[in-house]
Amino acid sequence: MSEIFGIPVAVILGQLTLGLVNGSFYALLSLGLAVIFGLMGVVNFAHGAFYTLGAFAALLGLQWFGLNYWLALLIAPLLVGLLGVVVERLLLRRLNGLDPLYGLLLTFGLALIVEGSLHQVFGSTGHSYPVPQSLAGALNLGFMILPLYRAWVILASVVVCFTTWFVIERTRLGTTLRAATANAALLQAFGVNVPVLKALSYGGGVALAALAGVLASPIVLVNSHMGTSLVIVVFAVVVIGGMGSIFGAIVSGLALGLIEGFTKVIYPEASNIVVFVIMAVVLILRPAGLFGRE
Amino acid sequence: MKVTTAAMVAAAVLTSPCAAWAAGDEVVIGDIDDMSGVYADVMGAGGVEAIKMAIADFGGTVLNKKIVTLVADHQNKPDIGASKFREWADQNGLNLLLGGSNTGVNIAMAKVAAAKKVPYFAIGPGGASLTNEDCTAYSVHYVYDTTALANGTATAIVNAGGKSWFYLTADYAFGTQLQTAASKVVESHGGKNLGAVRVPLGASDFSSFLLQAQASGAQVLGLANAGTDFSNSLKAANEFGITAKMKPAALLAFLSDVHSIGLQAAQGLYLTTAWYWDLNPETRAFAKRYFAKMNREPTMDQAGAYSATMTYLKAVKAVGSTDPEKVMAELKRTKINDMFAKGGYIRADGAMIHDMYVMQVKTPQESKYPWDYYKLVKTMSGEEAFGPITGLCPLAPK
Repeated sequence: MSEIFGIPVAVILGQLTLGLVNGSFYALLSLGLAVIFGLMGVVNFAHGAFYTLGAFAALLGLQWFGLNYWLALLIAPLLVGLLGVVVERLLLRRLNGLDPLYGLLLTFGLALIVEGSLHQVFGSTGHSYPVPQSLAGALNLGFMILPLYRAWVILASVVVCFTTWFVIERTRLGTTLRAATANAALLQAFGVNVPVLKALSYGGGVALAALAGVLASPIVLVNSHMGTSLVIVVFAVVVIGGMGSIFGAIVSGLALGLIEGFTKVIYPEASNIVVFVIMAVVLILRPAGLFGRE
Repeated sequence: MKVTTAAMVAAAVLTSPCAAWAAGDEVVIGDIDDMSGVYADVMGAGGVEAIKMAIADFGGTVLNKKIVTLVADHQNKPDIGASKFREWADQNGLNLLLGGSNTGVNIAMAKVAAAKKVPYFAIGPGGASLTNEDCTAYSVHYVYDTTALANGTATAIVNAGGKSWFYLTADYAFGTQLQTAASKVVESHGGKNLGAVRVPLGASDFSSFLLQAQASGAQVLGLANAGTDFSNSLKAANEFGITAKMKPAALLAFLSDVHSIGLQAAQGLYLTTAWYWDLNPETRAFAKRYFAKMNREPTMDQAGAYSATMTYLKAVKAVGSTDPEKVMAELKRTKINDMFAKGGYIRADGAMIHDMYVMQVKTPQESKYPWDYYKLVKTMSGEEAFGPITGLCPLAPK
């Protein structure tokens, strides 16, 4: 068996593959965060809570309504997105023009409420969500056995991320959204309904988080705290990629998943903190982030 | 401001637990356990029911005093368990505490037992340190410990050919103690320990840890964890094809785990248990009554909770008082003979020495009726299972 630095290649490839799966989640979540920050200037601390809500929507959809996984993939993000629109209209809109700190505090408080309520109702044990039949089974990659479902997660994330990037960077709708960020007043003068646009972009951003939640349900146990630990890493990813950059968020998410996987092979104890170390280095050398535009 | 004050008072009153002010005319039994986390099915609500069954079977009163139960969820946090214990001892006249799962929490509670001089039966935890470095004059480790688990399961697997081991260890007191105990057994039987990876308690994704285990090339995957950690890591090991090359060692598995994993995935696993519902007519009789209330067969912890409660109440009746020193002395003098243990006794270090059973999980074909999960491989005497006194507990010098 060939080795690199004394570690078998198969082991490295195995952890890198798992890292790619984690990276897919980072990419999806940081994409949502970047969309919301880029288009609305809101640091959405509630992003992890919406991710959790997406997972619970899938779980409860199955338990209460017999909603299968594929339907959940469509319906959960829609429902959570709608909730996001409501949150934006009722709460976030009132913070227009105020210090960004207020948005941060509001969304943080929202996250605590959502997670606390879920914990109260569903307890802290994880609930297991079954892998859909069509995705059961595994691929033999030679260096490891990869469950088919995780390969699907990578594929789905890449497709969604690319689609979102394309919509924002290459379509008329995306151009309008980006114009709203640059100069909302001027855009409104041109007759574009900017408030609706903002509500929809917040809803869209959290719908992406909810989609990640549904994708995650068969892999991790659905519990009230699944978003908390993840969202901290995702914030680091967004900072590294550049706060407003969609492309930066996707690339950094995937890259950092790979780096984390690689660290698990070389020095597992550091795998939890390597993302933050990189974030610190990037902030020192390039404060706007790797793909940031400032 | 009046509304605010009223609201604050209301909040304070509503959030404080309903304290049953036990005057001297009640005997208070407390249960602090994981009611909602990874170990909730091992003892949990079923354990509470078992305690209540014991109280009812005993007659509901002892020494003309009503027997009362208090229950709390420690959420796997040592500070919550310890402070609840302290609160009950100070404010509710607690006479006996039963400790549920989680060794870390129980180590903290043992200290409270010593400080408050309250008899304390550790039912749920595995850590053998509770009768060694962490022993106290008021602790009894009632059902099983990491030494017995290793002596039972690890021995069986090494003798069946599993010579090289890699451990997936829950990163807290229980996991590390179980790994250490198993490692000792493996080495003393001519095997090798190739390494271990530590996993946070309640981790939801074991994939990268399992890949590390697979990379070690060991023959045996030692699962030094329990509850849903155990069932999830085993499921993931199957999913990733790891169990094709590595034999999983269920160092601690409860009936509830086998039930949730299913016989298809769990068949062939060796495990060590203190009690099984289908062992003999007495165990079956208890299990039948328990099943009528809980719709599940009892685990060894739930049966242990029943037996511990009974044993304590019998001791109180025998000495005619709830005085902690007198009761502890009586407990260490008498033999325990009930549906849980025959000829069991409490050693100077607090360990309840009784037979332990090495079981193997049946194949789906071998299982003839619901919950028919285990076949007996070996009965270990208490002395063989729990080993000799180590001398690490000051109360029991070698």
